[in-house]
Amino acid sequence: MKVKGPKTTSLQRMGSVQSSVSQALPPKKSFLYDPKVRGIFYQTLLVCVVGYLFYIAATNAVDNLRRAKIASGFGFLENTAGFDISQTLISFSAAGSTYGDAFIVGLLNTLIVSAIGIVFATFLGFAVGIARLSSNWMVAKVAMVYVETLRNIPLLLQLLFWYIAVLGPLPQPRDSFSLGAGFFLNARGLFMPRPLYAADAWAIGVAFAIGVVVTILFRRWAKKQQAATGRQYPVGWATLGLVLGLPVATWIVLALMNANPVSFDMPVKGTFNLRGGMQILPEFVALLVGLTTYTAAFIAEVVRAGILAVSKGQTEAAGSLGLKSGQTLRLVVIPQAMRVIIPPLTSQYLNLTKNSSLAVAIGYPDLVQVFMGTVLNQTGQAVEVVMITMGVYLTISLVTSFVMNIYNRRVAIVER
Amino acid sequence: MNTAVDMSRFVRSEKIEALPPPSLTRGPLAWMRENLFSSPLNTLLTLVVAYLLYVIIPPLVEFLVINAVWTGTDRSACRAETAGHPVGACWAFVIDKINFFTYGSYPATERWRVNIFFVLLAIGVGWLLWLRAPRRDLGAIYFFWLFPVISYILLTGGNVSLGIGFWSTFAVSGALLVVALAAAAYALKTSIRSAMLIGLGIVAVIGITLGLVSINWGLEPVPTSRWGGILVTLLVATVGIVFSLPFGILLALGRRSKLPILRMASVIFIEFVRGVPLITVLIMANTMLPLFLPGDVTVDRLARPLIGVALFASAYMAEVVRGGLQAMPKGQYEGAMSLGLNYPQMMAFIILPQALRIVIPGIVNTFIGLFKDTSLVSIVGIFDLVKAIESSRIDPNWAAPTIGITGYAFAALFYFIFCFGMSRYSLGVERRLAAGQKR
Repeated sequence: MKVKGPKTTSLQRMGSVQSSVSQALPPKKSFLYDPKVRGIFYQTLLVCVVGYLFYIAATNAVDNLRRAKIASGFGFLENTAGFDISQTLISFSAAGSTYGDAFIVGLLNTLIVSAIGIVFATFLGFAVGIARLSSNWMVAKVAMVYVETLRNIPLLLQLLFWYIAVLGPLPQPRDSFSLGAGFFLNARGLFMPRPLYAADAWAIGVAFAIGVVVTILFRRWAKKQQAATGRQYPVGWATLGLVLGLPVATWIVLALMNANPVSFDMPVKGTFNLRGGMQILPEFVALLVGLTTYTAAFIAEVVRAGILAVSKGQTEAAGSLGLKSGQTLRLVVIPQAMRVIIPPLTSQYLNLTKNSSLAVAIGYPDLVQVFMGTVLNQTGQAVEVVMITMGVYLTISLVTSFVMNIYNRRVAIVER
Repeated sequence: MNTAVDMSRFVRSEKIEALPPPSLTRGPLAWMRENLFSSPLNTLLTLVVAYLLYVIIPPLVEFLVINAVWTGTDRSACRAETAGHPVGACWAFVIDKINFFTYGSYPATERWRVNIFFVLLAIGVGWLLWLRAPRRDLGAIYFFWLFPVISYILLTGGNVSLGIGFWSTFAVSGALLVVALAAAAYALKTSIRSAMLIGLGIVAVIGITLGLVSINWGLEPVPTSRWGGILVTLLVATVGIVFSLPFGILLALGRRSKLPILRMASVIFIEFVRGVPLITVLIMANTMLPLFLPGDVTVDRLARPLIGVALFASAYMAEVVRGGLQAMPKGQYEGAMSLGLNYPQMMAFIILPQALRIVIPGIVNTFIGLFKDTSLVSIVGIFDLVKAIESSRIDPNWAAPTIGITGYAFAALFYFIFCFGMSRYSLGVERRLAAGQKR
């Protein structure tokens, strides 16, 4: 049925169109054109191909392992390790410890260097990021050169640089540098006093914990009071007093009551080596410095972008309300910038943790060096070792991104 | 009107003396006062930074330039006691070893092949990165197909013997593919001819590739164990980019797909790879890849980390591409669908050209990261630039205290020039793409 010439009224036309539609409707389509059917078909295909590949890989692996007479399963974690590790946070010995212990030692070493690196990199990164926005020309340019240089050179080279160029020329233990106050520096690392805790030293820790909790409660209360009455309380001083003052006071009280709760074991210079004290490996120092300076360059860019993302109107509005420049920064700019800064900052933290695996290049005993290096070579159980190691890093990333998602939901701008 | 109020008036009879121009609004002094010493705090900062620079810069210049040794053939030139003056960087060492740093132990008579590879790579990269280059579609074909095939032939020597059995299997499976596609087209009642053309095209591309590789070009075969230095560094980076871009696009499309299993598979792959360090992926490729293949198949030592790098880079590239896909306004998708385009057409002609264009800076940034990460292959024993330097700094012929530092400084300079250049390029593209949004 055709729409006739131009004279037909719009009503007629509508009618004719409708009728043509109702007539043209069902030459029933082949089910092959149904997007649902196609979707199922493609996905089945994908599952089959991936499953087949996995099957092939698994059977080959079983064959190869049997031929090479390599055991499988996680029983090897119970076997005696038989090698020493240079830095151990738990007690570890070649004869008495297992591969499982070696795994924990490596994991702890990774975690400790990452945690300390994250703290330092955050401070340095914020400083450099703010410096890049400084009105002081020289400060801004120096910060820029810092960022551009460190970002564009591979971390591996930087680690080798710190390890070989900076820490390499350190003297032998017998000619150690003395840095004063019981600190010594030589080719075996940094030696420092080791704190020894008396039996009642736990009270200081408890005092610290109480201080933190009370501070949080006080801050909440003060904020509520300010919202209700407009009165401000000295939050900063209270925090300082509670978090720092309380443990120090406890210390003094304990020291007055009986012996000093915390004493120090000083390293003493012997003929060949230093005895006593606490030793920090040069590998640890090199890795820490390398990771910190490298990641700080990236954090600086994140911070700069975050601060620039807060529009100038915000600063001007804060100024017109009579806030001082410090208050503007603290109460208006930073809270808004943090919303932009936090997600990429977290991914930088994750990058730092993952990059700590470069420790293997300079011989710091981290998870990869101990477990994926020595243990893998000794046992040959590649599948299990690789699975465990990757599982650790994956868990760290997934937990972090889970927490970050919660945080993001909390700070996200509520749109109406 | 005269509102004459009789008051005495003061009219100045002579011109007032002009004030002297403010002395400090122009010139270097004024600039310094404004930018360096505007407040006590700024003055303090300036002084601290100036002191830092004073501590760092002169010794650095002294080491790298003033005391550096530029000529010499062995260690005596770079040792303070034999040279007779304090010795800084020993550039003579780098100059002496430059061929080793560039080619590894690639046979000296065959190095022209590596040079051609460098030139071809430069042409491909330039073609794709220069936004106004002619026929960038041909550039893509060149970079993602022709260039890898030619490079493979050039560097290894080609002449892979595939054997009659392989070719007959290939012919049979090719024919099967064409028939299967034609059958599918018949079942769907679409053009059988175009389906067969697509099938034949796929078979032809693979066949031509394999054919080229198996021809005896008269080039002397060079095993990968002799490759090294900058050649390997650039090769790893090239393989990373050539594979990661197409794979990354596929993964990004998979992640944005409406099909749940496909989406889940893409998400798992991407998040898994992004959650682990590259070095673990490399070690996995090194130790587990041979396990997963049948016992009689061996993978080349160089190919293992290449596979690892390609997989690793794909996951990162996928996230970059996904950003571009998400940035496309919904109207683009709807417009394409309302024109009656199907999914592949919509993606190939409407969405991807726009999405990829806006993520060029992201792609380049990912590539910078990849390029820096190529240095990690030295940890799993691949002979890249870092490894080449490491092995020549223990050369007894060049045993001198500053050799190691000089070598690493050279590598740092090499990486810096590449990465800094690329980051400037991506900034430039970003500015150009933002030009449309500017008011």
